[in-house]
Amino acid sequence: MSDTLGTDPATGRQSQGTPRVGGAAVAALPTSARAAARRRGRAKMRLEIALLSGPAIIMFLAFVIFPIALAAYYGFYRWHGYGPPTDWVGLNNYKLILTDPAFHEVLWHTGLVLVLSLVIQGPLAVVLALLLNQKIRGRSVIRVLIFAPYIISEVIVGTGWGLMLQSSGAVNDLLHHLGLGFLQAEWLSNSKLAIWTLMAIITWKYIGFAVILMLAGLQSIPDELFEAAQIDGASYWQIQRRITLPLLAPTIRIWAFLSIIGSLQLFDLVYIIWGPYVASTAGTSTMAIYMVAQGRNAGNYGYGSAIAVVMFLISLVVALIYQRFVLRRDLQGAVTEGANR
Amino acid sequence: MSATTADSWSSSAAEPKAPTGRRGHRDKPQKWGSPFTYFVALLFIGACVAPVIYIVLGGFRTNSQITTNPAALPQPWVFSNYAAVLRSVTFWGEFANSVIVALASTVGTVILGLMVSFVIARYDFKLKGAMYSLFAAGLMFPLVIAITPLYIVVKDLGLLDNLFGVIIPQIAFGLPMTVIILVPFLKAIPNELEEAAAIDGASRLGFFVRMVIPLSLPGVVTVGILGFVNSWNNYVLPLYILNSQANFTLPLGVQAFSSQYSVDTAKVLAFTSLAMLPALIFFSVFERRIVGGLTGAVKG
Repeated sequence: MSDTLGTDPATGRQSQGTPRVGGAAVAALPTSARAAARRRGRAKMRLEIALLSGPAIIMFLAFVIFPIALAAYYGFYRWHGYGPPTDWVGLNNYKLILTDPAFHEVLWHTGLVLVLSLVIQGPLAVVLALLLNQKIRGRSVIRVLIFAPYIISEVIVGTGWGLMLQSSGAVNDLLHHLGLGFLQAEWLSNSKLAIWTLMAIITWKYIGFAVILMLAGLQSIPDELFEAAQIDGASYWQIQRRITLPLLAPTIRIWAFLSIIGSLQLFDLVYIIWGPYVASTAGTSTMAIYMVAQGRNAGNYGYGSAIAVVMFLISLVVALIYQRFVLRRDLQGAVTEGANR
Repeated sequence: MSATTADSWSSSAAEPKAPTGRRGHRDKPQKWGSPFTYFVALLFIGACVAPVIYIVLGGFRTNSQITTNPAALPQPWVFSNYAAVLRSVTFWGEFANSVIVALASTVGTVILGLMVSFVIARYDFKLKGAMYSLFAAGLMFPLVIAITPLYIVVKDLGLLDNLFGVIIPQIAFGLPMTVIILVPFLKAIPNELEEAAAIDGASRLGFFVRMVIPLSLPGVVTVGILGFVNSWNNYVLPLYILNSQANFTLPLGVQAFSSQYSVDTAKVLAFTSLAMLPALIFFSVFERRIVGGLTGAVKG
């Protein structure tokens, strides 16, 4: 039968993605009846689309988009969470944010975490992945073990590290036993140190993910390239620098994107280890912590919502810039044109 | 696609000594630092695992052991902490809540996600690009940012202190990742299969139920595992929504327990290790899929 599905007999054009519902039957009918059947088919297709995608879209709009829109709305009010907001203050909350030293502080901390995460974890993950990518035994075991911290919940990581890092905790005791007693410190409460303690915990928790990602990236580089370079007499380090790193760049860029987005919303770890109030004195408070402290704990829901909006805008701008200028080649535009592949 | 790259990594590890002549060239750089590589690998693993082991072992010690010698092995081993936690109704209640929430969220996310991904992957209509963008952009909307208004929405629905108040938003926030992982999977199903099904008289919905769901099973499993682990570890949402201890999930339980028994460090450690055990077991069983799924999601 020459009238295969998906070929429109009227034009003979191969219609790759156009509706194929009932194509075989349609092709055998006279033209007018065919058009009617196609209309019926299209209506049926619309119904199917609505039925299949409706529930997910409604859920998504109701519980993801709507709350964010709601936050934008509350951000214009001075509101303490009881009854509908009535005290419209316009952009006052946002003006307040611009001049609020506490917000500047959490913004600075968040920015520090963001930059330090990239600077510490990035090179470390690449080096570790390069080392682990050699043919050594037990790689699948290694993979499970280094990924363990990533799988454990932030609450448990926070509780465990919180206990270990107390002034009389395991870390200081271990240092004492190793004869490194002079290194003992108030890891959590010393405001000069605490942010570095936080960075250490963050690195511990997320480095496994970065390494696994880089390893997967390394695996997608064809062996032939290395072999060719070796035959041409390239040294190990030359190969890494000239071949591996450039080909790993897409993976590194995507990891960096995930890391940035993760840093901007850092909450659980700090909240568990320091709590909203201690965090501000210890110098580890983040934007999300400040938002929750203002909103839920202090009852300034309007101001808290405005902070949420600012966080959202920062994330959005960073994501868009990153996607526009850095990730464009890697993601095939997941956000902009991914469906048109 | 990247699930296969992840697989190839471990499969090549499984047969490291395959006696192929060409391997000789490939192994050359390795000669440079094999012992060094093992040393760094061990150091790295040690750093990753030591704190976890400390938490687990701490549960086998007494408080006085922990106080006098915070970083030491159990001496003697004490089982009463774990026994006490395992006997406590609180722990099992929170465990059950976590299981219910994680299973319901996972099933919900997978079903809704599969349906909408099928539409995006295999129907042609004007808005499909916009639909995909909507979900893809959702990756940038973390739950934390929306938590206050989300709390108000859930409150208005009368779902405060109700497990559904956690499950429903979790499904919604799980959709973006699900759609992004599943759409390529569903696109990869050859058109010939769909055509064959149509010739055999199956409608597109019939094709969806009878062919797509079985064929996309690997992707579905990946998405399901990710959803389960995310739900198991979620903290912010239960923190806002669940008030009474009877409804707590394990993360909330760990926090409540550790502030309630803050002097009983050993018991806190026992509770903490038992709370992380399911995720760890789950992970080691499905490790390949989780890693494949994560790297797959990232690499599109």
